[in-house]
Amino acid sequence: MAKVLMKGNEALGEAAIRAGCRFFFGYPITPQSELPHYLAKRLPEVGGVFLQAESEVAAINMVYGAAGAGARVMTSSSSPGVSLKMEGISYIAGAELPCVIVNMQRGGPGLGSIQPGQADYFQAVKGGGHGDYRLLVLAPASIQEMVDLMGLAFALADKYRNPVMILGDGTLGQMMEPVEFPEMLDPEKLPQKPWAAQGAKGREPNIINSLYLNPLELEDHNLKLQAKYTQMAAEETRSESYYTDDADIVLVGYGSSARVCKAAVDQARQQGIKAGLFRPITLFPFPKAEIQAACRQAKAVLTVEMSMGQLVEDVRYNLEFRVPVHFYGRAGGMVPTTRAVVSKITELVQEGGRSA
Amino acid sequence: MITVFEKPKSLTPAKTHYCPGCTHGIIHRLVAEVIDELGVREETIGIAPVGCSVLAYNYFNVDMYEAAHGRAPAVATGIKRVHPDKVVFTYQGDGDLAAIGTAEIIHAAARGEKITTIFVNNAIYGMTGGQMAPTTLIGQTATTAPNGRDPEVQGYPIRMSEILATMPGAAYIARVSVHNPQEVAKAKKAIKTAFQVQLERKGFAMVEVLSSCPTNWGLTPLKALEWLKDNMIPYYPLGVQKAPEEVKA
Repeated sequence: MAKVLMKGNEALGEAAIRAGCRFFFGYPITPQSELPHYLAKRLPEVGGVFLQAESEVAAINMVYGAAGAGARVMTSSSSPGVSLKMEGISYIAGAELPCVIVNMQRGGPGLGSIQPGQADYFQAVKGGGHGDYRLLVLAPASIQEMVDLMGLAFALADKYRNPVMILGDGTLGQMMEPVEFPEMLDPEKLPQKPWAAQGAKGREPNIINSLYLNPLELEDHNLKLQAKYTQMAAEETRSESYYTDDADIVLVGYGSSARVCKAAVDQARQQGIKAGLFRPITLFPFPKAEIQAACRQAKAVLTVEMSMGQLVEDVRYNLEFRVPVHFYGRAGGMVPTTRAVVSKITELVQEGGRSA
Repeated sequence: MITVFEKPKSLTPAKTHYCPGCTHGIIHRLVAEVIDELGVREETIGIAPVGCSVLAYNYFNVDMYEAAHGRAPAVATGIKRVHPDKVVFTYQGDGDLAAIGTAEIIHAAARGEKITTIFVNNAIYGMTGGQMAPTTLIGQTATTAPNGRDPEVQGYPIRMSEILATMPGAAYIARVSVHNPQEVAKAKKAIKTAFQVQLERKGFAMVEVLSSCPTNWGLTPLKALEWLKDNMIPYYPLGVQKAPEEVKA
C-alpha cells in the first residue's frame, strides 16, 4: 500500500479501524479532537459505532460495557480527561477487560494548557486509579509508529485481557508524516472471547466484575494480576537504541522528546562526542535489560522529558543507580530544543560525566 | 405431581443477602419472572449497581456486569451498542441513579438508549449505613441528617421519573410500589411493559419501584410498608408518567 500524508490523530483513528476496532466512545478535548472527528466519519462507513458521551466518566464506562461484551473498543482523550477516566480504568483492569486508551498529553497540572506535555507519565505507568493494577503503556515517537503500535495495542489488550494505553502528546497528535497502513483486519475473524457477556445461551452466565468481598479471593485475584504484569515484563518490552554501543553519554527520552534527543545525538556526534539515545517504546513494562545494555559504557545518562522529572525516576531505578543520571526537562507546553539538549550534553562532557 | 409454584429460571438458587423485610427480593423476582415470560433469558445482559443490590449478579441467572457507582446506564450503553439485538437492563438504587449517576441516567434517556432501567427508590442509602439519599423525604431522618432532612440545609428530594418523562428519548416511564399484593401485580405489569418497549426498540424505559428499608428506617417490615404508603406515595405519586400510544390504550 502506498504511503499517505496524515495527521497523527487521524492516523491513529484509521489504524484502530484496521486493527478491527468498531466502537469508540469519547468526549471532546484538545489536542486530540481530530481522532474523534475522523472516527465519527469513518466508523459508520465500516459498520461501527462512534458515540460522543456526556462525560469522560461515561465514555470510559461505555468502553467497560463494550469491552465486556466482547468488542474491540477504544477511547481517547488528553490529560485532564484521562484523569476523569481513571475510576473506570481501574474497574476495567480489575475486571480484566481488553481495550485501548489514547492519551495525547498536554501541559498540566489542573487545566494546564493545550500545548504538548509528558507529565502524565506517573499516572500512565504506575496505575493512575485506585488499587494495584498496571496498564500496558506504549509510547510512539512518529506517526508511522503510532499506526504500528495501534495494531499491537489491540493484540496485547486481547492477549493479556488488560487495558493498553497509547501515551502520545500534543505534538504527535498534531504533526503530519507519511504513513503506510496495514491490511484491514476483519473483526468477525478475531478469536472468540468465551468469557464475554453476550447472553448466556446454552451455558452458565458470565459475570464481568471486580468485586471480591472475600479478602483471600481478592488477594488471589491481585496475585493473578501481578503474574500478568510479570509476564508482560518478560515478553513485551520494546525499545530503540541509537548509537549506544560506544556511547559515553546516553540520552533517554520517549515520544516527542526522543525525536529532539535523536537530533541532539547527531549534532553531538558531529562535534566528536560519543552520544547515544535509548528510547523506551513500552513505558510499562519498562525495558530494564535493554536500558542496562544500552548504558553499559556510559559515564553519564541524561533523561530528557516534557515534565519536571518523572521518567528520570524509572531510569535511575532500572539502571540500579550504577550510572549518574541527569535530568533536563521543560514543562507547561514548552518543548526542549535540540540546541538546549546539545548544550546539556556538552556540560556533562566538561564535567567528565560525573555526579548526578 | 403438578407444579403450582417455582422459582423463575432467571433467578439463581443463591440465597440473597438482603435484610429481613427488604423488598429487593420481590423486585428481583418480578424482573426474573418477566424475563422468563418473554423468553429472553439467554439473550439478556443485566447490570448491577453499587449499593444494596451490588451483588445482584449472583442472583439473576443471566449474563451480568457489576458497574461502578452510578455508571450502569453508561455500561448498558456500551453493551447495547455492541449487541443491539440483546436485552440489556440496569438495576439501580436511589443513591446510584439519582445522586452519583444523575448524568448517566439523564443522558441514556436523552439518547433514547434502548435499555430498561429498574430504579429501586427506598429514600435512603442502605448498604453504607442509612445516609441521606437524594430521594430522602423532608423531615425523614438519616445518619447524615440526624434531625431530619431540612430543605434549608439539604434541599429537596428529587423526582426522577417526572424528570426523565420530559425527555423525548424516553419511551416508557412508570412509578410503581410493592407495598401490597395489588401493587406488586401492577409493578410486574409495568416491568414487563418496560422490557417489551425495549424489545420493540421504542426507546429508553424505566420503572421506578418504591421500596422499603426496615433496617435503616428503624421500623418492622410491616410498619415499613405502611410508612412507604403513607409517606412516600404522596410525594412520589404512582402511575405511568409516559408511554407509547398503544401501551396507554
